[in-house]
Amino acid sequence: MDQFTLNLLFVGASFALYIGIAVWARAGSTSEFYAAGRGVHPVTKGMATAADWMSAASFISMAGLIAFTGYDNSSFLMGWTGGYVLLALLLAPYLRKFGKFTVSEFIGDRFYSPTARLVAVICLLVASITYVIGQMQGVGIAFGRFLEIDAFWGLLLGSCVVFAYAVFGGMKGVTYTQVAQYCVLITAYTIPAVFISLQLTGNPIPALGLFGEHTTSGEPLLAKLDAIVTDLGFKEYTAAHGSTINMVLFTLSLMIGTAGLPHVIMRFFTVPKVSDARWSAGWTLVFIALLYLTAPAVGAMARLNISDLMWPNGTDGEAVSVEQIESAPEYAWMATWQKTGLLDWEDKNGDGKIQYYNDANADLQAKAEANGWQGNELTKFNRDILVLANPEIASLPGWVIGLVAAGGLAAALSTAAGLLLAISSAVSHDLLKGQLTPNMSEKSELLAARISMAAAIVVAVILGLNPPGFAAQTVALAFGLAAASIFPALMMGIFSTRINNAGAVAGMLAGLVVTLLYIFLHKGWFFIPDTNTFTDSDPLLGPIKSTSFGAIGALVNFIVAYIVSGMTKETPQHIKDLVASVRVPRGAGGAVEGH
Amino acid sequence: MNDSNEENAYWSANLRFIKISLAIWAVVSFGFGILLRPALSGISFGGTDLGFWFAQQGSILVFLALIFFYAWRMNKLDHEHGVDEE
Repeated sequence: MDQFTLNLLFVGASFALYIGIAVWARAGSTSEFYAAGRGVHPVTKGMATAADWMSAASFISMAGLIAFTGYDNSSFLMGWTGGYVLLALLLAPYLRKFGKFTVSEFIGDRFYSPTARLVAVICLLVASITYVIGQMQGVGIAFGRFLEIDAFWGLLLGSCVVFAYAVFGGMKGVTYTQVAQYCVLITAYTIPAVFISLQLTGNPIPALGLFGEHTTSGEPLLAKLDAIVTDLGFKEYTAAHGSTINMVLFTLSLMIGTAGLPHVIMRFFTVPKVSDARWSAGWTLVFIALLYLTAPAVGAMARLNISDLMWPNGTDGEAVSVEQIESAPEYAWMATWQKTGLLDWEDKNGDGKIQYYNDANADLQAKAEANGWQGNELTKFNRDILVLANPEIASLPGWVIGLVAAGGLAAALSTAAGLLLAISSAVSHDLLKGQLTPNMSEKSELLAARISMAAAIVVAVILGLNPPGFAAQTVALAFGLAAASIFPALMMGIFSTRINNAGAVAGMLAGLVVTLLYIFLHKGWFFIPDTNTFTDSDPLLGPIKSTSFGAIGALVNFIVAYIVSGMTKETPQHIKDLVASVRVPRGAGGAVEGH
Repeated sequence: MNDSNEENAYWSANLRFIKISLAIWAVVSFGFGILLRPALSGISFGGTDLGFWFAQQGSILVFLALIFFYAWRMNKLDHEHGVDEE
């Protein structure tokens, strides 16, 4: 059986499983559609939330970004896990006690203002749609690869599948499907990593292999990697190169954003008890950590393997020949990825060999001069393909490659579905039923939910045609937006009685607007290329890149909210009582239908 | 009145746990992983230094421990102050 059929088989089988579960657990009423009753165990819940959370960005994109940058991209690892500490300590138990379905309902009630609810819905939509763009990028790459078509067609086809899939059921179907997706994606991520770790270090646990010994050279793996990449003129893998301030702010943005993303927070509304909400955040992080502890190993080991493949005779020997790339089986992945348009090479100096090195490095330029090289000949290597190509790069068996294709799609699909659910509930539940047409029937509410899902996908595909960065970077922008708008409002709503309606609205708007402005100034207006005034290599504010601005936006939000609250009428007593009741677990009932 | 005193005591105990936990959260990630990494560079670890390990793995393990500790401690605190769910 050839690889193409094998991929189809794995992807097809996993899809059949998800759709089967979705049909079996099909949502009937609106409360099932959003919240799946409340009878889900914290461990099950944790697994589903982990699948929901770990998207194309974590699965497909993150290890690639770490592989090609090294230590500086540790922010993704710390940021996307550290946010769960904030979620568990500062938000989850209180929001569960509050007992409504959506984040904007809490904001609307706590700040006793329909305007606050509306602003929260807008913030949520902006962050979620940006996030969906990143997912669509991942879906496009995964579909492009396993169908061996251009990533653009992969994107179009993938968006149809995501839509069909998300419309099928609400959270109930999604919860159990996501448990299945978690199992698929974690197996798909771990198995190739175990194989590669065994090949390189002899240690079956990749997380330990990363800090272990490279068997062929007898040196520590990371020391070996540092030596190879510096030989090729790239920056030392384990050293810090970027700005420290930017790294701190970027990590902080990802953390706060994690705790402010509606589709993750929504999960904690649906655990049976307040005490379960605390455990649930922990279990979610356990399941996330299984992937996140492996990811840095995947990145480092893949970087080592790629360098070895391009320089089979060592960095001082001859580079790989074009003939070898075109005929040797261990290079077959290069030809398949070339079809997606995401990988390319060119024999610029016509010597029949492909020299891969950093042609911007002065030492290497001298070496190139001496050897007659005319620039780096591995001309294109999209970071987002690394994880999907990884098993092929390491010459692993065909079934592992099929499994990874299925895992990548599981990651992208589960998150896209969760986000679409958050978007659709924001539009139908908060915007239409909550504000515009309160007398809407359950049936038309469900219809509105589905129409808004379709609209969100169309917008994401259009904007996704010119993505503002690699998948994980696009997603990082979404986190910045959530960090600047939603998280501060939720936190102040619980921990301060001083913040009133006007303060919250002004704070959210200020946070959202400055962050969005900063992003558009650097990434182009609505991500349209060439409409940007600044670039992330030379940002407006010192070293602060647009992906790191969320933390500043959050600070603006806090400050504006405090100042405006101080100047306007005090919070009424019944709201202070509401805050007091949210702070203690006693008396938490089931959620009630919003008004 | 008694009830509200109890609730205030519960809340300040909770705030104390949150502050301690967040201090640890910040020290392992922003501290050991980023800002204090140069200070830890003398401690070598698996071919690199301890700061690198904290940035890529150590902080995640500490985060896990923190959440479970907090959940356990708070569920106990709910009970001590009589504010747990019946």
